[in-house]
Amino acid sequence: MKQHIISVTVENKFGVLARVAGLFSARGYNIDSLAVSNTCMDDVSIMTIVVRGDDRVIEQVKKQLNKLIDVIKVSDHTNSPVIEREFVLMRVNAAPDKRAEIIKLGEVYNANIAEISPRSITLGVKGEPQRLDEFIELLRPYGIKELMRTGRISMLKEII
Amino acid sequence: MKVKGSDIIIESLKKENVEVMFGYPGGVVIPIFHSLFNAPFKFILSRHEQGAVHAADGYARASGKTGVVLATSGPGATNLVTGIATAYMDSVPLVVFTGQVSRDMIGNDAFQEVDVTGITRPITKHNYLVQDIKDLSRIIKEAFHIASTGRPGPVVIDVPVDISNSTYKFEYPDTVSIRGYKPNYEGHPGQIKKAAKLIESAKRPVIYAGGGVIISDASKELREFVKKTGIPITTTLLGLGIYPETDPLSLEMLGMHGTYYANHAVHNSDLLIAVGARFDDRVTGKIATFIREAKVIHIDIDPASVSKNVMVDVPIVGDCKRVLQELNKIIEPPKIDEWVDEIMKLKNDNPLTYEDSESVIKPQFVVEELYRLTKGEAIITTEVGQNQMWAAQFYKYSEPRTFISSGGLGTMGYGFPAAIGAQLARPDKRVIDIAGDGSIQMNIQELIVAVQHRLPVIIAILNNGFLGMVRQWQQLFYDKRYSHTCIKSAPDFARLAEAYGAVGIRIDKKTDVEPAIKKALSVKDTPIILDFHVAKEENVYPMVPAGKSIKETIMRELA
Repeated sequence: MKQHIISVTVENKFGVLARVAGLFSARGYNIDSLAVSNTCMDDVSIMTIVVRGDDRVIEQVKKQLNKLIDVIKVSDHTNSPVIEREFVLMRVNAAPDKRAEIIKLGEVYNANIAEISPRSITLGVKGEPQRLDEFIELLRPYGIKELMRTGRISMLKEII
Repeated sequence: MKVKGSDIIIESLKKENVEVMFGYPGGVVIPIFHSLFNAPFKFILSRHEQGAVHAADGYARASGKTGVVLATSGPGATNLVTGIATAYMDSVPLVVFTGQVSRDMIGNDAFQEVDVTGITRPITKHNYLVQDIKDLSRIIKEAFHIASTGRPGPVVIDVPVDISNSTYKFEYPDTVSIRGYKPNYEGHPGQIKKAAKLIESAKRPVIYAGGGVIISDASKELREFVKKTGIPITTTLLGLGIYPETDPLSLEMLGMHGTYYANHAVHNSDLLIAVGARFDDRVTGKIATFIREAKVIHIDIDPASVSKNVMVDVPIVGDCKRVLQELNKIIEPPKIDEWVDEIMKLKNDNPLTYEDSESVIKPQFVVEELYRLTKGEAIITTEVGQNQMWAAQFYKYSEPRTFISSGGLGTMGYGFPAAIGAQLARPDKRVIDIAGDGSIQMNIQELIVAVQHRLPVIIAILNNGFLGMVRQWQQLFYDKRYSHTCIKSAPDFARLAEAYGAVGIRIDKKTDVEPAIKKALSVKDTPIILDFHVAKEENVYPMVPAGKSIKETIMRELA
């Protein structure tokens, strides 16, 4: 099933996230990633939702999202030019003799070394989600002990 | 001057011109009941919260006004759930107040605590948990606005007891401003023109009208549209009454138990004009074969209903009434004489019928007699199942808001409490609940409410000793294995009525049907149960089996 990226502008109130998430869960859809935050307006929040689903069902979900009283705007970023960013925190097995090459790889991707322990290195990387995927694959052979991602945030481009 | 939160609720309801409220007391709503004691509007005490919410729903459907409900926290609230979902599925405006434990107890598994906003989230148009008394009057104002505008629906307001008990000044806002909620009433003029063009050039058009026409009070405009264009019209279950079913151009109801001619007309049409309907699966059957080559125009206020099940060629998002008004201004009649002749022949050759009997009472006969003896002027409510379908098929509806039934959710136990609400809304009308012996037992406790308020609601039980619709499916599709659908062990409904202080009549012979109905119609101050013992294994036909195409319609009993 196709991946969809939906950006939802909502009232910054309790319960709104549950209403939004409920529309996906009621259809048995798992949300791949979800980022929620404040915006430049105190009473407005924005959610970037990444979900895989049938086009027709997603279309219906978008309409239902629009019907929620607390939803101000829904936009589908799936096929639009966007600026996307995500952050990954990842702990990789690194015996002392492997440290140098992992750090070198990290430099290529502008990774930040957050911690070095006798057995591992923890790196933080931000960037476009696809680029983070590449970086994760590069480090996989060393053994990834822990990994977490913030979920992507997505903003429509102003210049197309 | 500061007043209590509970007073703010009652004062707000006065501002909303509430005439009647339905509900049931309990611990955390005692403050609200305290304020309610001297309220200038009626309060109807149900005997189960489900009865209260269905009654409010019936009141709303019969009157077009918003139904108002009050119940306590915990079990009071959960007992409302079926009624809220019923209203949600059929777009009925309700404002439902539930009590909640005090704010400092929420989340602690307090006595009679449930997460009401959580439970009702997917079955309400919107809901609120009041967290600050400052917000209370604004929330009530918003709730009435949201419930009754756009595509209507139930709104729940969960009020913690400490909010009811705290004090604040009462100011009711004059206006509502919700940036995320601005229903679109005006249809797009370009789309309306496009629709008019399609209609004018259609060869085999059919109108398919649903409950949205009743909600937007557009029956008059739709009748004018039919008159101008001469296009045949079928309605959904919830659309019964939009157009007089006695008129030649009426194809009556379509769908699973719709008429042969309605279903075939829709199937063979080249243009389907859907107005305030949502292409429910009980209407379409197998979606791929519902229509063959028809283009579809869809007028509806809910954008989410458009192209949900059937792809629409000309969507017009807007209020049915306003869109039809605009359409009526510009529409030119299509040339469809041949098509109308073809349909009239179809109608003549395949009438809605049943095999009558002299030895047993046929349920369809009872409904026909009710129609005849009330001159088609009653408000009919129904339970769910065979009784509902016979009530839809054999009573002929001519006016909106005279057929009241749980269409979307299909709630057994709906019809009787809804009849109580309808009778309160329309004291000038006879209200008849056409019931089954199964459904009526689901909310029979409300009988005492009708007795107490001297409401002459007639309950016509089509008593066949079975949960008839499920039995019918078992007979047709499950090898006649009547697993747990026989309910021969039943109370004597006539004596039960008497025990409640109502009138009860048992009818076993066909010749007694008319006198019993006449007797019931002569009673004006108390409810009446008519317990018709009807043919046991009668089926509802025609029937398009679930998920099948109309080619597979079962017309009558196979020998």
